[in-house]
Amino acid sequence: MKKLLLSSIIVLIGFTFIGRLSYLQLFRFSPDQTLEDPAIKAIYDYPERGYIYDRYGELMVGNQPAYDVMVIPREVKPLDTLEFCSLLGIDKASFIKKMKTARVYSPRLPSVLVPQLSKEDYARLQEKMRHFTGFYIQKRSLRYYTTNSAANVLGYISEVNETDLQNNPYYVAGELKGRTGIEKQYEEILRGRKGVMFIQKDRFNRDIGPYKDGKLDTLPEQGKELHITIDKKLQEYGERLMHGKRGGIVAIEPKSGEILAMISGPTYNPALLVGRQRSKNYSKLHYDTISKPTWDRSILAEPSPGSPFKTLNALVALQEGVLDPGTKFRCYNGFYVGNQKKGCHCGGGVRDMNSGIYQSCNAYFAGTFRKIYEKYPTTDEGMEVWEKHMKSFGLGGYLGTDIPTGRPGRIPGKAFYDKWYGDGRWGSSTIISNAIGQGEVAATPLQLANMTAAIANRGYFYTPHIIKNIGNTGSLDPKYTEPRQTTIAKEHFEPVIKGMSNVYKYGTARWVQVPGIEIAGKTGTVENFVRVNGERMQLTDHSVFVAFAPVENPKIALAVYIENGYYGSRYAGHIASLLIEKYVKGEITRKDLEKRMLEKTLEHEYVKPYSGEPFKINEYVW
Amino acid sequence: MSGRGLFGRIDWLSIFLYAFLVLIGWINIYSTTLSDPNTSIFDFSTLYGKQLFFIGLAFAGIIFVLFIETNFFERFASIFYIVSILLLLGLFVFGKTIAGATSWYDLGFFNLQPSELAKVTTALALAKYLSDIQTDIKNRKHQLYALIIILLPALLILPQPDPGSSLIYFSLFFVLFREGFPLYYLGILLITVALFATTLMFGTVWVAIGLGILTLLIFIFKRKSTKIPILPLIITFTISILFSLSVGFVYENVFEQRHRDRFALWLSLEKDEQKLEEIRKTIGYNTYQSEKAIESGGFFGKGFLEGTRTKGDFVPEQHTDYIFSSVGEEWGFMGTVTVILLFSFFFLRLIYIAERQKSDFSRMFGYGVISILLIHYFINIGMVIGLLPTIGVPLPFFSYGGSGLIFFTMLLFIFLKLDSNRLKDGI
Repeated sequence: MKKLLLSSIIVLIGFTFIGRLSYLQLFRFSPDQTLEDPAIKAIYDYPERGYIYDRYGELMVGNQPAYDVMVIPREVKPLDTLEFCSLLGIDKASFIKKMKTARVYSPRLPSVLVPQLSKEDYARLQEKMRHFTGFYIQKRSLRYYTTNSAANVLGYISEVNETDLQNNPYYVAGELKGRTGIEKQYEEILRGRKGVMFIQKDRFNRDIGPYKDGKLDTLPEQGKELHITIDKKLQEYGERLMHGKRGGIVAIEPKSGEILAMISGPTYNPALLVGRQRSKNYSKLHYDTISKPTWDRSILAEPSPGSPFKTLNALVALQEGVLDPGTKFRCYNGFYVGNQKKGCHCGGGVRDMNSGIYQSCNAYFAGTFRKIYEKYPTTDEGMEVWEKHMKSFGLGGYLGTDIPTGRPGRIPGKAFYDKWYGDGRWGSSTIISNAIGQGEVAATPLQLANMTAAIANRGYFYTPHIIKNIGNTGSLDPKYTEPRQTTIAKEHFEPVIKGMSNVYKYGTARWVQVPGIEIAGKTGTVENFVRVNGERMQLTDHSVFVAFAPVENPKIALAVYIENGYYGSRYAGHIASLLIEKYVKGEITRKDLEKRMLEKTLEHEYVKPYSGEPFKINEYVW
Repeated sequence: MSGRGLFGRIDWLSIFLYAFLVLIGWINIYSTTLSDPNTSIFDFSTLYGKQLFFIGLAFAGIIFVLFIETNFFERFASIFYIVSILLLLGLFVFGKTIAGATSWYDLGFFNLQPSELAKVTTALALAKYLSDIQTDIKNRKHQLYALIIILLPALLILPQPDPGSSLIYFSLFFVLFREGFPLYYLGILLITVALFATTLMFGTVWVAIGLGILTLLIFIFKRKSTKIPILPLIITFTISILFSLSVGFVYENVFEQRHRDRFALWLSLEKDEQKLEEIRKTIGYNTYQSEKAIESGGFFGKGFLEGTRTKGDFVPEQHTDYIFSSVGEEWGFMGTVTVILLFSFFFLRLIYIAERQKSDFSRMFGYGVISILLIHYFINIGMVIGLLPTIGVPLPFFSYGGSGLIFFTMLLFIFLKLDSNRLKDGI
């Protein structure tokens, strides 16, 4: 025992040491440590962020210089604080606070003392800078917008946070990163790749030459410019039309799937999220939880589609062969589900497909819908077929666009109803609302526009996208250039399109014709409810409209969704017709209508549920 | 065997291991202190040049030791001891203060550190006293004398202040344990340390609860035949609790803030993250930098002269106490494990040698040598890799410094010289 004591202690110590060393050098070791090594300083060379152009090559987003006042706390010599503060335009207390924050972050690394000085401040400060040791001015590049529209499409950039730094080793504190929209989706293309130069330092932070003779240094890679499919003029025009209204508009070029405009109301000027006022503005936008300006309604709102959905039910019925365009249903100013009567505004009478569409007859489509699932032995099977057809139009699922956010909408199938009502505890009466686009179906304006594009193309669509050209390569991800077929055969589209065209000629939108352009469209009026302080109340209907034009060789397909805009043609229809005219003709002939749409607001509708007083809905007030 | 000369009888394996360690040490000193690659390694204005000179001196010391009569050390051990005690006392009057510690005599060309010398002489004196035919290790009075031999220099060194060197002398207890000093003293020591640490970490209440559970377990799992001495158990329990209660007082009143900070860091006592970070950046700065340097070496290391943290001089005192961190950074896990294995093998070899001595004096001195070297190695590397609190002791044969290298060498070679004579005149 006593002879072995020391030997065992030696062995024990050996094992302990090797264990600890394994932990340090094998477990805790990370191969990529050049950046955290205090002995190596990385000096970055940032390439300019890529410009963004619209579909016609017009500049939308460029860059502007900005100047940050930086400080390296331990190099600071005693200074005339008062003079310095007045030069910087800050008070002494906040100067002291910022200096403390910088020192806590790191005494030897630079921190931003005052971010993003204006050019004037910079000019004033620059000549005095040499009196203040430890401070210097760093030039940075900020986004510059040539438009005050398309904030939701373009997105914004902001400084990387802790999470970004952990998730992506590329970023270094203080760098900028795309947060939403195109800036996020094409972040890597726009930002390029920063160059880096490694310098070996000693512990006094003095340079003692290049690290590894510069073998690891890299040159910056320029960010590429992006051409997007947005039509800047159309986008700006659409946003002006949305003044005072909430809702979303998406316009697509059917023959390519290119998104021409993606408008959300209310919106904000993208320049608000640049520069010194950024965080103030951001909080203001972000905490406006009632009008939600940062919530892109064109891709995130999921209202029931309303009557435009009828066109799809007609197509499915034709494809399934359960009726032909001449098949007639009688409308009793409504229709019966069991003993319950559901209303219809079409005026009543005998309806075939053509008049069923242009008069938007609920009874006709309830009948059509019944025929579809009655074709199959069980409702389950009927639903399954119906669901499959609907989903082939890009509904009830993510479209796979290059927009970094979105919603799937909903096409309720068997699984949905089983979950909703319990297995088998639902039947045709439960689901009949789907015939007219009410009830459980839901779609984003983007999905509605895409669906319209598929009708315009007579049976296929391209995945909607916003990228037109990266750099000037001209090559695009094949998923945006390959057509996606719907399950409906080409020949079934003509009768439906005829009905949609007659919507303008004789139907629900006959007063919004555009002289000289043949348009096919469909109105929608969507009942909706809101819950305020736990009380469910019905609000004025949403105004919905889908359209494409010209009917032969369509150039534009769009969906307009205006919250609480009442019936389909009232707001959505007018706005759609103006946008079509603007895009196809380039100018507006109907100046009165234009003026009215630009000026009218729906604010009086939006305050109703929050007024605390009883209110009427669906009022005819112009 | 006895017919062969000195070079035939000396243990070449130990010498080889020694030389290898010195070489690796010097290579790392070169790497840490190199600032201008164009200077010659024999440039004595540089630290690595000086260290090379010290290695030369140590070699001269080896020759000197090897050609001295073997009996010399045993015969004059007491006188050496008395001289070194006088030298330690003399420091209070004539000492030279370097870096806050009055531990040196200024000899003009050389600063002599008597505490280094005293390590050799105390080991010799202890061996001589214990090997005396009249000394009985089981005798309480003799145990006390042995303790005095060990603790006297330690007490004289403590107020220099140099607690690190002071601590080294306690390693000589291993000599006592080898010679039959009751092992339960070691047990008491370990329990004391454990009680101290656990009280700081969890508080007296939890320590009492823990001890209670432990006692209970003893009763539950005892064999039926064994009788538990109830009274001593109660006494031990009571003393432990009382000790635990006194810890708080000692911690707050005897230790200074800087000591408390070291404990706080080592045992993670400080719960406030911000304060802990503060301590880590001040008191723990050296350890933090050295851990980081070692960690950054990975498995293969960054290569000779490629250590960025070494080059940037980020680890303070890297050429002296923190030399091992440079091994970690430049030679990686392979390098550090090699050094650990070399040391372990070296120590085990020395134990083997000590055990084969016929002379009690030689064996005891051998154990003294091993204990002193081992505790330096343990404290130093333990501190550098962040297992132990910061205590400034050099790594034998590695760390920069003349006194250290020369006395460690003397210590080793006196023992090897004794060993080479084991068959000749071992009594």
